[in-house]
Amino acid sequence: MTDTAFVEFDQVQKSYDGETLAVANLNLSIPRGEFMTLLGPSGSGKTSSLMMLAGFETVTHGEIRLDGRSVNSVPPHQLGIGVVFQNYALFPHMTVNENLAFPLQVRRMGRSEIEERVREALQMVEMGRFGNRRPSELSGGQQQRAALARALVFRPELVLMDEPLGALDRQLREHMQYEIKRLHDQLGVTVVYVTHDQSEALTMSTRIAVFKDGSIQQDSGPETLYECPETAFVARFIGENNRLYGRVERVDNGVAEVSIEDMGQGRALAINCSGVGTPTTLSIRPERVFIGDTGENRFDAVVEELIYLGDHIRCRMRVLGHDDFIVKMPNAPDHQHLKAGQETQVSWNTEDCRALDALP
Amino acid sequence: MVRRLRALGLTIPLLAFLFAAFIIPVLVFLWQGVHDDTYARYMSHSTPVLEAWDGVSEPTEAMYAALQKDLVQARKDKTVGKVATRVNRELPGGRSLFTSTARRAARLEAPYREAMIDLKPAWGRLETWQALRVAAARYTPTYLAASVDLKYSGDGSIRRQDEKRRIHLTLFWRTIEISALVTIFCLLLGYPVAYLLSNLPQRSTNLLLILVLLPFWTSILVRTTAWIAILQGNGVLNDLFVAFGVIGDDSRFSMVYNRTGTLVAMTHILLPFMILPLYAVMRTVPKAYVQAAHSLGANGWIAFWRIYLPQTLPGIGAGVVLVFILATGYYITPALVGGQDGQMISNLIDFHMRRSLNWPLAAAMGFVLLVLVMFLYWLYDRVSGIDRMRLG
Repeated sequence: MTDTAFVEFDQVQKSYDGETLAVANLNLSIPRGEFMTLLGPSGSGKTSSLMMLAGFETVTHGEIRLDGRSVNSVPPHQLGIGVVFQNYALFPHMTVNENLAFPLQVRRMGRSEIEERVREALQMVEMGRFGNRRPSELSGGQQQRAALARALVFRPELVLMDEPLGALDRQLREHMQYEIKRLHDQLGVTVVYVTHDQSEALTMSTRIAVFKDGSIQQDSGPETLYECPETAFVARFIGENNRLYGRVERVDNGVAEVSIEDMGQGRALAINCSGVGTPTTLSIRPERVFIGDTGENRFDAVVEELIYLGDHIRCRMRVLGHDDFIVKMPNAPDHQHLKAGQETQVSWNTEDCRALDALP
Repeated sequence: MVRRLRALGLTIPLLAFLFAAFIIPVLVFLWQGVHDDTYARYMSHSTPVLEAWDGVSEPTEAMYAALQKDLVQARKDKTVGKVATRVNRELPGGRSLFTSTARRAARLEAPYREAMIDLKPAWGRLETWQALRVAAARYTPTYLAASVDLKYSGDGSIRRQDEKRRIHLTLFWRTIEISALVTIFCLLLGYPVAYLLSNLPQRSTNLLLILVLLPFWTSILVRTTAWIAILQGNGVLNDLFVAFGVIGDDSRFSMVYNRTGTLVAMTHILLPFMILPLYAVMRTVPKAYVQAAHSLGANGWIAFWRIYLPQTLPGIGAGVVLVFILATGYYITPALVGGQDGQMISNLIDFHMRRSLNWPLAAAMGFVLLVLVMFLYWLYDRVSGIDRMRLG
């Protein structure tokens, strides 16, 4: 079953004003059981896509299919999709128990079965003691758990989450990330998760779709996304990156020869660059840069600033005219002791440097 | 401490104004409702005798003598008219009895009992003297009793008013009925408007809000008379009905100068007081709640009834209390379009203030109205809690 799409966006467009497209030609298929994250800056169309899937927004063009059936004109209450909202949307005039019982009551379940299911769901999120409290009497994290339990209590096959951890402080957020991941593994539900936080996306997802200006830039697993970004936007959005701008001089066997800032020559994997003479963005992860001449591409560098971070040392350098070139040096027993202002060399291997599209 | 006192000082002008323009007049009028010394002031001889009398035994010669003395004096001082008016309220026909007796009082001779009964046989009746005893008392429950259709008699008993004189309770009841109906109409009409207001984009909201407030800025008289023009027999609405053949020219609806007119005009005038608090509350209810309800499987009706409506209850409470209390005191609109059966208690209060000049009774009725409204307010507080009410 995993290879057939459970949720499918087929050439979906969304426009609120009839002129600009909030979502432009979205194609995405999500297999059953996946933890799919829609990642992107605000205004990139990820929440619009989620709201269309939930049935709260109409689809301007195209089709959204759930388990093979079009849901374009199905009212939201018939979809049976669990939704966790940004601000939880727990009904303030009901206790936690009543909140959880609500979806079961509208499904006309028996009283004893409802009680049983509510208790079960609350235990699942470790909220068993709080059933008789009102949402206003709960902390943010507890409200989050209650909202999660409410979205799961009627056992939907698909759960949508719209930046559910946005309102929590960092420590709680990290804890809840693992909690949600655990629930996903335990229940086997399909999750579509919206966030603008890339580390959250990397931690939780089995697959990530990066959104920009209403369309998907790249759609792959977290590891691929980090290791092999296909566009300069993704490279910049996921993790930290050094960018150098240059012009393609020659492409040979998938390796591009690039003149960098008219100050040097370098070789990089030709991933997403046009032909000879076109501008390109070179992207190198800070942890793949060596101090010294171990790598294949070598350049002169001046140490501008050193920040000691315990497990590694963050070194800001001037390289090829950029003074924001970052190198992460692991705090190994034999690491080099640099000083600010010191002149040295940096180098990297060709396979760690990716020639991508030119950013405007 | 000094800062706080200074801040408090800023409120003194308002408090002083409220005190002088609101609290004192209310208290004075409440006082008027239970205190009336017209008789006692001008009839100094008979007042103590009447007060000493038990109200059931045969009036004594001393009482007749004291009354004769007072009547002579009152005629000389030209105060007999005021006293006669006072007595007339307790005793139908009391005015002429008093003035005609006073005219001849100086010529009467002892024994006064026989002389007065000779002059006017009414002086021989016990009820006459009981009415005098009520009139002579400075503090009297008579007006309060009268305002709820009870009669306080000279023998100290309180009975129901004669059938044909019972009008106050009917009017109080009608006031509550009309107010309740107006409140219900306002709620039914205002709720969807407030919902629309709170869900439209900002630009349309402002336009609609102006439409809601526009009547608010128009004189209440103008609006009421406009309704007359629309609703009357030869008004716009009836003309339209006739033109479209809904009714014949000779069977036009009577929609004004009756209860219908009062209901229509008052609902229109009070509608903003319902819409504004509702709008204020609805604006703060996040859309996500209803969306959440839908995602959990609730159809439109359940989502509205179990999720949306409960969250607008504070606004409903505020609107209902506001409209109802304003409606119970409504005066000018029922006076203009109410006709006979659209009159409310305030119209009768006005009648006693300006026509019959029975201020004590007007005061007593105002007091009963005040108590009634306070009671309903208390009831609302018990049921739903004033602190949950939100005006915006």
